[in-house]
Order: sequence, then structure tokens, then C-alpha cells
Amino acid sequence: MNTPEPLIIGPVTRTDFVRYQGASGDMNPVHHDEPFAVAAGFPGPLGVGMFHAGVMNTWATDWLGPENVRRTRIRWKRPVFAGDVLTITGAVVKEYELDGRVRLDLELSCTNQEGHPICLGWMTFVKP
Amino acid sequence: MVDKSALGAEGQPFVMDIERGKIHEFARATRSAHSSHFDGDHPVIPPTFLTTQFFWEELVEGSNPWHLVQMSQKRGMHAEQEYVFHGPPPRAGERLFARSMVTEIWEKESRSAGTLTFVKMVTEFRDAEGRLRAEAILTGVETAKPPESP
Repeated sequence: MNTPEPLIIGPVTRTDFVRYQGASGDMNPVHHDEPFAVAAGFPGPLGVGMFHAGVMNTWATDWLGPENVRRTRIRWKRPVFAGDVLTITGAVVKEYELDGRVRLDLELSCTNQEGHPICLGWMTFVKP
Repeated sequence: MVDKSALGAEGQPFVMDIERGKIHEFARATRSAHSSHFDGDHPVIPPTFLTTQFFWEELVEGSNPWHLVQMSQKRGMHAEQEYVFHGPPPRAGERLFARSMVTEIWEKESRSAGTLTFVKMVTEFRDAEGRLRAEAILTGVETAKPPESP
């Protein structure tokens, strides 16, 4: 099982945020309404945390299969803005047996173009 | 402002049908082209797909107790999110029976953002036989002032 190459996405666009909002049903205006976002103290609309978290999970499920996921946890560290370039990577940190199946625990990270952490992830898969 | 009296609030039960087209749309929006999301009549959901519970809660008044939390849309942020699957994740064609509950509210002091108020909500998703299939655990945080930009 070779760990895949990091996934680089971006520059992310407002269209990415809006497409994700439509798909997810989270229509918080801070992610697409510029005057609203500026009034809230941000330089512009914020990326949707669940968008890049979802892409971070995609890096792992494209590798190990979405039907094998048993747990995913995401912690956000800082916001994303349109124009950011995100790098997603991860690794298996533990392999063990539970209920007769081999399980894999992964740690994942998403960083921006300055190398700052955007979000961290932990996932558990049944080994394919 | 977070209303701390929302602690323990339980939403009305709601039904969530897992739909093939929604899985396609969600997988594309999160940049997946994996065949397990697209092939056949019963594709599997992406790991964070149950967030689309929003659409189903809207159909049942009182189903989303998060509204009672009254977290600011300007100062409120998603701090953590977790999905636990008790077996293989759901597939298109399944009907889930869900219920959400505000389970924890706590505060923490931050030098850069003042008092942080955290709120946790758990949604349980069961099948027709009452078996627990999945749990969604949402942690939101509200800052007293806007967080510093990176």
C-alpha cells in the first residue's frame, strides 16, 4: 500500500465555495456574500470549512475506498480565502485488528500556500 | 450570542433518504471521481455527506436544535466535525431516521479572541430496525470578537 502523492488544489475560487454550499445545504452568507463577510470583519468571503475538509477526505477515500470508511474527524485551524492553494496529505499511523477486520488509522493535514495548517483530520478505514 | 439554555435541547425526529443524485453532486463538489460514488444504483456516500441532513431538517419544524443555540453567523465557526459509521457507510436508496441533540456547552479563554464558547450537537442516524448506523458530532465555536486574519 503506497501512500499517494499529496493532493494540491487551487487556487480555490468562490465558485468552489458556492458549489459546495449548494451541494451541502449550508447557505451561511459569510461564504459568498462579500458585504456580509466584510461587515463580519473578514477581508472577503471565507472558504467553507466542510468544503476543504471534504476534499481532504477525498484524498483518503480515492485511495482506500469510500465504502471502507468507519470514522472521520476534522479540526479546523484557520480560514481559507479565494485564491489560496491547498496541499492535502496524510499517512497511515496505526494498523490493528478489531472485530476480525484489519483497521487503519490515518492522520491527514491540509495546509495553505504559506505552509500554515488549515485543518487536520483523523480517519479510520477497514483495510481494503 | 450563544444561548446556554439550549443545552440538552432535543430536535424532533426527521427522515433522511440517501439519494443517488445528491451523492453525485456532493462527490463532485468535494473533488471525488471515485467509481463507488458514481457506479450503479446504490452508490456509497462520501464520508462527510451526512452534513446534507440540513435539507431534511428543513422539512420538519423543530428538528434542528442548533437554531436554539443562536450562534452568531458572523462570529460562529465550525471548530470540529466527526462522523462515526457503525459498519459500512449508508448507500443510495436507504432511509435513515435521525434525531439531533445539543449535548455540551463550554467556555474557554483565548488571548487573541476573548471568551470562546463551544457547543456540541450529536445527530444519530438509525435504520428502520432501529440500529444505529451513523453519528454526526458537530462542534461549533463563537468568538467574542473576530478571529485574527492569517
